[in-house]
Amino acid sequence: MTQQSTAEKLDQSRLNSTQDLLSLTESIRGRRDEKRPVIIVCHGTGCLANGSPNVAEALRQAIKEAGIAAKVVPQIKTTGCHGFCSRGPLVIMQPAGIFYQRVQPDDAQEIIQATLVEGRPVERLLYEDTKTGERIIHDYEIPFYKHQQRIVLKNIGKIDPTDIYDTIGAGGYLALAKVLSRMSPADVVSAIETSGLRGRGGAGFPTGRKWASAVAASKKRPGPVYVVVNGDEGDPGAFMDRTVMEGDPHAVLEGLIIGAYAVGSNQGFMYVRAEYPLAIKHLNIAIEQARELGLLGKNILGSGFDFDVEIARGAGAFVCGESTALFTSIEGRAGEPRPKYIRSVEEGLWGRPTVLNNVETWANVPLIIERGADWYKNIGVPHSTGTKVFSLVGKIANVGLVEVPMGIPLNRLIEEIGGGTPGAGRFKAVQTGGPSGGCLPYELGDVPVDFDSLTKAGSMMGSGGMIVMDEHDCVVDVARYFLRFLEEESCGKCLPCRLGLKAMLEFLNRFARGEGSLEDLAELENLAKAVQDGSLCALGGSAPNPVLTTIRYFRDEYEAHIKEKRCPAGVCKDLISYIIDPEKCTGCGACARSCPQGCITGEKKKPHNLDPAQCIRCGMCLDSCKFSAVVVR
Amino acid sequence: MKEQAETIDEILDRYPGEPRYLISLLQDIQAEHGYISREAMTLVCGHTGVPLSRAWAASTFYKSFSVEPRGEHTIKVCLGTACHLKGGTRLAEGLERELGVKSGCTTKDLRFSLDTVNCLGACALAPVVVLDEEYLPNTNSKKVKQSIKRLDAE
Repeated sequence: MTQQSTAEKLDQSRLNSTQDLLSLTESIRGRRDEKRPVIIVCHGTGCLANGSPNVAEALRQAIKEAGIAAKVVPQIKTTGCHGFCSRGPLVIMQPAGIFYQRVQPDDAQEIIQATLVEGRPVERLLYEDTKTGERIIHDYEIPFYKHQQRIVLKNIGKIDPTDIYDTIGAGGYLALAKVLSRMSPADVVSAIETSGLRGRGGAGFPTGRKWASAVAASKKRPGPVYVVVNGDEGDPGAFMDRTVMEGDPHAVLEGLIIGAYAVGSNQGFMYVRAEYPLAIKHLNIAIEQARELGLLGKNILGSGFDFDVEIARGAGAFVCGESTALFTSIEGRAGEPRPKYIRSVEEGLWGRPTVLNNVETWANVPLIIERGADWYKNIGVPHSTGTKVFSLVGKIANVGLVEVPMGIPLNRLIEEIGGGTPGAGRFKAVQTGGPSGGCLPYELGDVPVDFDSLTKAGSMMGSGGMIVMDEHDCVVDVARYFLRFLEEESCGKCLPCRLGLKAMLEFLNRFARGEGSLEDLAELENLAKAVQDGSLCALGGSAPNPVLTTIRYFRDEYEAHIKEKRCPAGVCKDLISYIIDPEKCTGCGACARSCPQGCITGEKKKPHNLDPAQCIRCGMCLDSCKFSAVVVR
Repeated sequence: MKEQAETIDEILDRYPGEPRYLISLLQDIQAEHGYISREAMTLVCGHTGVPLSRAWAASTFYKSFSVEPRGEHTIKVCLGTACHLKGGTRLAEGLERELGVKSGCTTKDLRFSLDTVNCLGACALAPVVVLDEEYLPNTNSKKVKQSIKRLDAE
């Protein structure tokens, strides 16, 4: 899972002034041949896992074999994630913008022959509109992309993230040049305040205000100030930050340098979770390249401003996404949070004023500087400005990453961009904000997706994971899933979280077995509120959200488990049984061979029988049956 | 044993002897040795000046550290939300039965370690299992079993 750099080497010495950078940008742009074909092969995690490096190699080979005249040899560029992960591996032919999906190495020859030599698209690799069945040639016409507003993600999928010159050619570091040549630190803070940018990590705290507090705190207590990137994206089902770090690492770095200048910091840290090796690699490359060019280190662009950054790798602990736990982890200890009687912006890393912002927040900073706070403020809705990147996952047709203006109605996001749930049904619920967020039902589909509206509905923005569920998903099971996750990830420091979550989980386990009573349900709600109020950090404080929202919106489903001992979605193991439909069973014997209990019997080519008394409901038969003859009741 | 101590010395040389490098050191040792032995931990403590109790606390707090030897191959079953909804939990249970160990444990012959992870961020591939470095996208119990058999035969 590594990405070979496709960067073309440029000889460039250190940039000593902002003018040097502008000249470099111009010269990179000038050297570009707009007509030269560029074949983009997505190398995001999803496409990599689906074998995109083999596709890139096959394309290289096919070009060689086709013997295209040396003058027009296409460039093959490997980029970060395009977001349309369920259609990978993706190949995009520029400058025409022809979008090929699910490309296999065997398709390479045809792509080169048809598209490059004959100048026509390969029909069968084009995207087929799920509703009209029409083939769509260009990416920007596909509904998944058409309704997005990609500003943070604008370069991802276009640039080679391992090549700083590609980033600079796309306008990278121009915001930094503007800041260093024309703006005072106070100007920068005030621009961020005016833009209305709020933290993308979950809580939505106004970024400008945070920066201003750090400046005030450092005036009171002179000494070092730190700026930190929170790249510990731990929410299951969320991968926005990873995509930004992997696909456009310089955007994060540029934002961080600008922030450091604004608050007077000379040392920054990027805390990245260990599960993201590719992100760590790309950030390391970016840091090194920026240092070589004099965009990082001593006397940046000859401005006299010194700043450097270090990567701190996480080691696998969800709680480390919490600010004080993250600091403790960077300091080299077990990442437990501490009480925030004093805010971490005043006393953070090593007790010094520290600005901690999420990856996406930092990546927004250069945009605001370059295009102006007023431009930014006009995107989105008044109290939630700008865009937000979401990962759409679960029972949704277009699994992937999207960027939309804040305030977009939930169902537009799911139906128009996400393509709705596969099959005929509508979505049943959406979990927003990961384990700390809440579960919203279909009926709330018109709720605007912004910080305040989601909080009002009992959920939260969180980091931007959107998990879509259909009627085959049980809300009791989902609540149980999140609680199990949080109970395991609780650091154990404070009692409400450590024991409260355990007790809450016990209630849910009972419901899932068809036990418990309505009094238990009331008791669970009480306990959930106590955990919310009594926990030390936000992890414990928000942990009951999935439970409380599922009870609020799906009480009847809880009651079905408790009163009727029935799981309407057919998920909770103790309340379901597997049977074999004799009409569909062909007697192939695959289920009998896979059954660990040996409880499926029958003659060859005749319908089989399943002995429910011995069945442990492991689902192996369901997985092994090719004829959908195993049914859950 | 002596050989191992030498490579640990090499790892120690990568970082200044300050407490803040404890986690980085443990990460490098974990990556190169597959686990953090008592000897290694003692050497790290000597280098960074951190008490053994604190190194132990960190080694057992973070999920990516192991204080016991790990298997030759690691099987990671993703239990992110998307994978959970698409049967990841069933997959993990099936593998527990197949290998005769619980998640987070290693088989007696030290061939396989079975882990569950909270999200690999590869949700389009759900349910996903990772064998060493190889992703098995949209997989099921049968396919995983076949891949494990293939690894075991190598």
